[in-house]
Amino acid sequence: MQLFLEQFLNGIAMGSIYALITLGLALVYGVMRILHVAHAAVYTVGAYIGVLILHLTGNLFLAFVGAMAFCAFLGLVIERFIYFPLLKYPPYVPLIGSIAAMLAIEELCRLVAGPYILTFPAKLPFPALHFGGITISETLMAVYCITAAVLLFLWYITTRTELGLAMRATSQDIPIADAMGINSHWIMSITFIIGSAIAAIAGILVGIYYNEVYPTMGAVPAYKTLALIVVGGMGSVPGAVIASLLLGVAETLLIGYANIPLPRDALAFIAMIAVLMWRSEGLLGSK
Amino acid sequence: MSSYLITVATIIAIYAIVVCGLNVIVGFAGQISLGHAAFFGIGAYASAILTTKAALSFWAALPLVILISGLIGLLLGLPSLRVKDDFLAITTIGINFIVEAVFLYIPFFGGALGIGGIPRILLFGVKMRGTAFFALCLVFLALVLLVCWWFTRSWGGLACFALREEEEAASSMGISPVRFKLLAFVLGTAMAGLGGALYAHYMRFLSATDFSFPLSITFLGMIVLGGMGTIWGPVLGALLLGVLPELFRPLVNYRMLFYTVILLLMIRFQPAGLLGENSIVRKVFSFRLLGERT
Repeated sequence: MQLFLEQFLNGIAMGSIYALITLGLALVYGVMRILHVAHAAVYTVGAYIGVLILHLTGNLFLAFVGAMAFCAFLGLVIERFIYFPLLKYPPYVPLIGSIAAMLAIEELCRLVAGPYILTFPAKLPFPALHFGGITISETLMAVYCITAAVLLFLWYITTRTELGLAMRATSQDIPIADAMGINSHWIMSITFIIGSAIAAIAGILVGIYYNEVYPTMGAVPAYKTLALIVVGGMGSVPGAVIASLLLGVAETLLIGYANIPLPRDALAFIAMIAVLMWRSEGLLGSK
Repeated sequence: MSSYLITVATIIAIYAIVVCGLNVIVGFAGQISLGHAAFFGIGAYASAILTTKAALSFWAALPLVILISGLIGLLLGLPSLRVKDDFLAITTIGINFIVEAVFLYIPFFGGALGIGGIPRILLFGVKMRGTAFFALCLVFLALVLLVCWWFTRSWGGLACFALREEEEAASSMGISPVRFKLLAFVLGTAMAGLGGALYAHYMRFLSATDFSFPLSITFLGMIVLGGMGTIWGPVLGALLLGVLPELFRPLVNYRMLFYTVILLLMIRFQPAGLLGENSIVRKVFSFRLLGERT
């Protein structure tokens, strides 16, 4: 029972990290209808910038802020120079552009930082919790708290502010939103800035959680998070969060308890295709 | 010719065959597929298993291989009836990952060790290798191009073009989306299967990672570069993307970066490809040859 609970708590942490990566994707998909594969590359860059600033200053808070600022800028560049000019083409055109951008950024990381695995020697200022025989470590607490804070922030932005209203209007109908005086291009840019900053947070958290930062750390999340936004319902933020948590818990528990001949990445895709065939609009999506 | 050149040329010819198949699905029928490497792999593994475990000759196995690839293509083409565009793209990415995992983790397919000892192709009692194998690949490529050309002129091809342009309009004209999408999938995956069989008997050793997702991207990059929906586009794309890494070989560390940046610039500024509509090459040619701007 104790082992089960600990596995479960680890699963929630995995799911929270998936959720942080998927959030940005879901936001971007909602506003631009683009499958932003390069998001995972932004997340890798976030982890690297985090390590760099931590080594330079020794301050974890500065590392977070610096990585978020840099990734927000990178996201803006990707949106302005790759996606926006390609919006008028069929969806596979920006998708291929996105995959090419992701591979190019990954290569740049490898060339600049080297192909090695870097460690992330950071201590998080969160207390460890003990109750019963179960310990929730500092890292797990940090993952939980930061994810909860980000979710709360996003919920507030999207439902309680004028910016959120403009974002929702843009995601429903761009020409009508423009006619109502919303600068939809700016809304897209702001969406990218927010999503990419969250990706930086996710990158640093993953770096600390596994104590590893390497150039291809985005490769598996890149496609798995696509599966997650599909399962959650394209562009539905709550759906994406629920799907991420479910996947995190299911993966950890399945690996711990069941003997399945296929690796867990393949299982995630099998689940995704099953959901697509059964409900092609996703779990919480609407047509 | 040196054996190095022959090797590069043979691989390019095999890739051109596979990319022609992808072109039927993506270029002609407008169904995005990001999992084409999986069908290439299915052809390769089918041929490898039929010739090693079932001890068939290449020529006896080939019709079976094409049949198997086409049938699996039919099965995995079914999602295209249910989902479109982005959703189909992700589904096909998923299919690629699943097929690779099946090859890698199911012992019947050799698992992590792969399949070795695949026999060479015998033609009139002569073992095909080097230049002879390359010539064989060229013959198959010519055959595939002929089928593609015939397809664009057939009713099936015209129906696929109509579906690509506007599915609702086409189906209201009595063109069945089910029939012609699946036709394109079967034809395209059968070509991938043929390419896979040739690859298996050229390499004579297969491992699952040869058919992973990045290869699907490369295939898609080839038709994007060459020109989607054209006959010669896949060949040009396979040639360019096949030769470029060899030219960049001295810059081995920066090779992948150049490759991806070229793909990125290409899709950003010439999304229709080098031979597609409104492309630079086509404009220059029609200006020179016909003396008019198009």
